[in-house]
Parts: sequence; C-alpha cells; structure tokens
Amino acid sequence: MSEETQALETPAPVQKEALFSKKNRRLLTDPLDDNNPITVQVLGVCSALAVTVAVYNAFVMSIAVVAVTAFANLIISLLRHGIPPRIRMIVQLVVIAALVILVDQILKAFNFAMWKELSVYIGLIITNCIIMGRLEAYAMANKPWPSFLDGLGNGVGYGAILIIVAVFREFFGKGELLGNQVLPDAYVGNGLALLPASAMFIIGLLIWAQRARNKKLVDIS
Amino acid sequence: MDLVNLFLKSAFVENMILSLFLGMCSYLAVSKTVKTAFGLGLAVIFVLAITIPVNWLIQVYFLKPETSLFGTDLTFLGFIVFIAVIASMVQLVEMVVEKFFPALYISLGIFLPLITVNCSILGGSLFMVAREYDFVESTVFGLGSGFGWFLAIIAIAAIREKLRYSNVPAPLRGLGIAFIITGLMGIAFMSFMGIKLD
Repeated sequence: MSEETQALETPAPVQKEALFSKKNRRLLTDPLDDNNPITVQVLGVCSALAVTVAVYNAFVMSIAVVAVTAFANLIISLLRHGIPPRIRMIVQLVVIAALVILVDQILKAFNFAMWKELSVYIGLIITNCIIMGRLEAYAMANKPWPSFLDGLGNGVGYGAILIIVAVFREFFGKGELLGNQVLPDAYVGNGLALLPASAMFIIGLLIWAQRARNKKLVDIS
Repeated sequence: MDLVNLFLKSAFVENMILSLFLGMCSYLAVSKTVKTAFGLGLAVIFVLAITIPVNWLIQVYFLKPETSLFGTDLTFLGFIVFIAVIASMVQLVEMVVEKFFPALYISLGIFLPLITVNCSILGGSLFMVAREYDFVESTVFGLGSGFGWFLAIIAIAAIREKLRYSNVPAPLRGLGIAFIITGLMGIAFMSFMGIKLD
C-alpha cells in the first residue's frame, strides 16, 4: 500500500528516489539511538512504563505503538494539504484515536488475557506524546513514504527501550525471561525490580550509559 | 468516610505520577522551576475534576448498554469520545481563565492547551470506567488524583531547583538524574501504602 502511495505522490517525470535510499534508511535508524524517542526526545514516557514488568507485555505494547505511529504518520501525511492549520490538533487526535480503537478491538478479539492485563494502557497510546510529536514535527511537512518510515523508526526505538527495561525487570525480579525460568531455584527474586520505581532507575541508567558513550547528547545546562 | 479514603488513596497510594507513571511528559518538561510547576499543577487538578464527572455522565447515559438512553453498546467509542470531551473542556477552561484571570492565563501560557495530551487526564477517565465508580466517587477520584499530580510536580521542581548546586556526573545531568529522583520519590510514596481511615 505504501509503495502505491509513493508512486501517487511523485509524478513520473520527477526523478524517483529509491525506496530505501540512504536518507530513508537514516529515518529508520536514527530514532534507535541518536534520536531515541524516550531517552533523547523524552516523549511518550507516560503510557507504557507500567507494562514493563514482563517482556511479553512490553512486546505486545511495542507492536501496538509501532502500528499506531507508522499508520498515523502515513495517514496524516496523505491528508496534510487538506487539514486547516487551526484545527489540525483535533484532526490528528481523531486519526490517532481511530487507530487505537482498531488496535484495542483487535487485541481484545485475539488475545483477551493480554487485553485485560494491559487494560487502560492501550487506550493511553492516544495521549502518547511521541505519536502527536512525530505528526507535528514530521508528517505534517513530509511525503507519505518517508513519514511512514519515520513513524516506524520512532515506534521501534520506543519499543526497544520498553523491551530492554522489561528484560531487566523480569530477569532480576523473577529470574525469568518471557515466562521461562532462566535462573536456578536458589535465586530469590528481587522485589525492587518488580516495583514501578525500578523502571525509572533503569531508564535513568540507560540515559547515563548512552550519554557517556555519545558526548554530544550531554545536557550542558 | 469512604470518600475521604478514596481521596487519600488516589492522591497518595495510587499517585498518578509516582506509582502509575501517567503524565510523565509534561512532568519532566515543566518541572524546572517551582513557579511554572505550580501553575500547571493547578490547571491539571481543575481539568481532572471537571472531565472525569463529565465523562462519567457520557459513559453511563450514552455508551454503556445497560443504562444507555439508546440501548445499544457503544463502549468501543469510549476513547474517541473521551478525548474529544477532554479537548473541548481544556479549550473551555482556557477561554474562562483568559477572560476572568488574565494574569494566570499569561503565566500558564502554552501549558494550558498541552493538558489535552497529558496522559493523566485521559488515564483518569479510563480508570474511572475500569473501576466502575459512581458519580460522586468519580468526582472525588478526579480531585484526589489531580491533587496527587500537583504534589508530585511541585516536589520534583523543588528538588531540581536545588540540584543545580550539586555535582552530578555530566552524562547524568538533566534528564537522567530526573528519572532516578522520580524513582526514589516513588519508593518514598510507597510508605503511604495501606493507609485507611475508619
């Protein structure tokens, strides 16, 4: 579908850019590290940290967020010339909310137990700032295919952090990974890792590690 | 007494920021000085206390199949209706504040419209549905969780003001240390767990 939209957007005489040109690849890889939505842009921390107790939950949540960011970016980018600037927020919210309802209903139909467990956090994807942030910053001013990649990259960058945090919490909290026991029975679970607060510590330490490696991200103020 | 318990529970035990992680974006972005944090906190209390009861009315009289005026199940529309109510309420609050309290309006600036995408507001409405509160309870819940959010943002803003004078390792400065402090505050707030008035 996205290839069709690309073809629609760029008329034949214009020299066509390769689908995975260097620029487009950067859109996909930048948010994984140098421009990570959580540790660098600090957007979208809200809705998801409570789902990082187990890796599987974090994985499902990440897929939901990737789907919503990618398709919201694509749709808004397709509509971008028709949206009056004064009411763009409301249009964006409606598109996001419709996509989230879709994700919510699909999850409810195919994995009811997981839907129960994630409860309100699926709904909170609507107010996940990263989605609105990417719409405002990228999709409103760019063509559909790059916007789609940008949404995909940011969703994956976001999901990567969620999964890293969840791996730490499940491993140290219960000695398990994806529900399978990996540490011997003698290991006593660390209750601190199961508390919500530990997600904050892990992200704090991740930021520390990332900035120690990449000096240009350091906050000077 | 149940209502007082509910208030304390939503403000301290189940604090929106420190135990549920809702509204982190504006919490991290607007907590550099106590003054702006104070204004934003007040606005959040106000919006939560209005939108949760309004969304309760919509949920019960329009969406829920058993009590709905239409008699059909429209609960799947919940997200889109709630966010629309929140967006319009924030707009309304903005206009009222601009008209009657111009000084406050200027000091809040851009943060007032940003409340629309504050997760704690939509989260409050969704928790209200999930926990099946009645009308009075949902009003108290809105006030309580708004108050808890207010306390948390004031506390971190005050800590971050003092933090300017301490020697934090350079890569941890700013964002990193704010996350770690939030975690520590979350643990401190756990000491409220189990508080109940009889």
